[in-house]
Amino acid sequence: MTEEIIIAGFGGQGVLSMGKILAYSGIMQDQEVSWMPSYGPEMRGGTANVTVILSDEKISSPVLRNFDTAIVLNQPSMNKFEETVKPGGILLYDPNGILHPPTRKDIRIYKIEGALEASRMKSSKTFNMIVLGAYLKINPVVKMENVLKGLKKSLPERHHHLIPLNEEAIKVGLEKVEKVS
Amino acid sequence: MEEIKLMKGNEAFAEAVIREGVDAYFGYPITPQSEVIEYLMLEEPYKRTGMVVLQAESEIGAIHMVYGAAGAGKKAVTSSSSPGISLKQEGISYMAGSELPCVMLNVVRGGPGLGTIQPSQADYFQTVKGGGHGDYKLIVLAPASVQEMADFVEDGFKMAFKYRTPVMLLSDGLIGQMMEKVQLKPQKARLSNEEIREKYGSWATIGHKPEERTIITSLELKSERQEKHNHKLQAKYREIEKKEVRLEKFNCENADYLLVAYGSSARICQKTIQLGKEKGINIGLIRPITLWPFPSDEINKAADKVKGVLSVELSAGQMVDDVRLAVNGKVPVEHYGRFGGMIHSPDEVLEALEKNFIK
Repeated sequence: MTEEIIIAGFGGQGVLSMGKILAYSGIMQDQEVSWMPSYGPEMRGGTANVTVILSDEKISSPVLRNFDTAIVLNQPSMNKFEETVKPGGILLYDPNGILHPPTRKDIRIYKIEGALEASRMKSSKTFNMIVLGAYLKINPVVKMENVLKGLKKSLPERHHHLIPLNEEAIKVGLEKVEKVS
Repeated sequence: MEEIKLMKGNEAFAEAVIREGVDAYFGYPITPQSEVIEYLMLEEPYKRTGMVVLQAESEIGAIHMVYGAAGAGKKAVTSSSSPGISLKQEGISYMAGSELPCVMLNVVRGGPGLGTIQPSQADYFQTVKGGGHGDYKLIVLAPASVQEMADFVEDGFKMAFKYRTPVMLLSDGLIGQMMEKVQLKPQKARLSNEEIREKYGSWATIGHKPEERTIITSLELKSERQEKHNHKLQAKYREIEKKEVRLEKFNCENADYLLVAYGSSARICQKTIQLGKEKGINIGLIRPITLWPFPSDEINKAADKVKGVLSVELSAGQMVDDVRLAVNGKVPVEHYGRFGGMIHSPDEVLEALEKNFIK
């Protein structure tokens, strides 16, 4: 099994760290992983994206044109990545700030009100974990126990007290994700 | 068995430098390579092994600090990205001339000039064909994974000290910035001054008695002697060419077309092989691990069995010159590559191959 994922949004939404947790979760279940960010000006507040590959085999190219899953968190990323999803693949997006929803008919489209749910949880930082939870509901590429292990590995120890909050956010994502088409 | 970690290429290099028992790192920050010095400063190896980590006043300062440390028989490292490596060229030529060992890392970004901070492979000519002045060669290793960013530190130092010559790791922003699984080697001890005296005392400047003194210099005003010194360097380079060529082959048995690519492009091309298979196109790949010495013989042999060779690099076409020399007219050799910070996808490589040789 190989899962090729692009996660794209604004800098500050936790796109890169969400990818990192996913990659660490893959390692926890003995998979090969690669995490390839778009770095540079993006890290200074513009758009940010990261390609994550989880595979049972050695990973060849970390650079891809098409993806099994696109997780899209803003309109510029929608414009760029909707067309890169492989036929039959998954597009997951947060409708917050999306003026032009996806229109493709040959892919599976889901939405998660990540920003809204994060504000309900009174913690904007839970946003990316809500989205991760939504993705894992649609496509359980990594087991929940491994996600929790991955969280522990990727968060510095001084943030370990936030793990229960992150776990709760993942559960919100699992519950609130909706199929669009 | 060491723990498996998820690390960026730059971080894996930095950790491997500490574990190699390196004595000193001298550098200056530049994207996309800054994680090397950031990681070293955070890890504080001066507490772990006594290793010096110093941010120099400039890249030129850093390479000459490496010169000084290497002259004293110490294991010294520097790293930078393209514009910074350009600044280091004078010192690199001096080190080659003075026969000093060191390991350097270039995390290449798009040029020319300040260019862009995105990945590129357009420093091939600079690294392999000279860069600095005079008749010299660097041993050039091209890592294609985060694991190799770590492993090549040890490999590099082995060759650097064996041949008393500078070694360059030619990486790029993609390998430097991406995270993969990496397994690190156990910590090696730094050599004591006594051990350095024993191993390298014949040439290193380590406080000899006046009658036994050693001189590290690249200056020799008597041309007869300078020619002799150059012959010695050239003999060393011929030996390296004979003994140190490294490469990796993928799907070369019965391939109809051959890709030649190194570093990040070699990773991308592995996926192109798979995409080719799905379309019934049988593609092989030779990945030079050493860019100098270049695996010319293996490429020449492989050219006997294929209809065309495509050299793939993130540049306007540099390594393709060496591929053409290796193939020596047996079959057509073409170049493909995005550049200026853009990265070709596996699909684009396949399209280029089809366009050049099939359609």
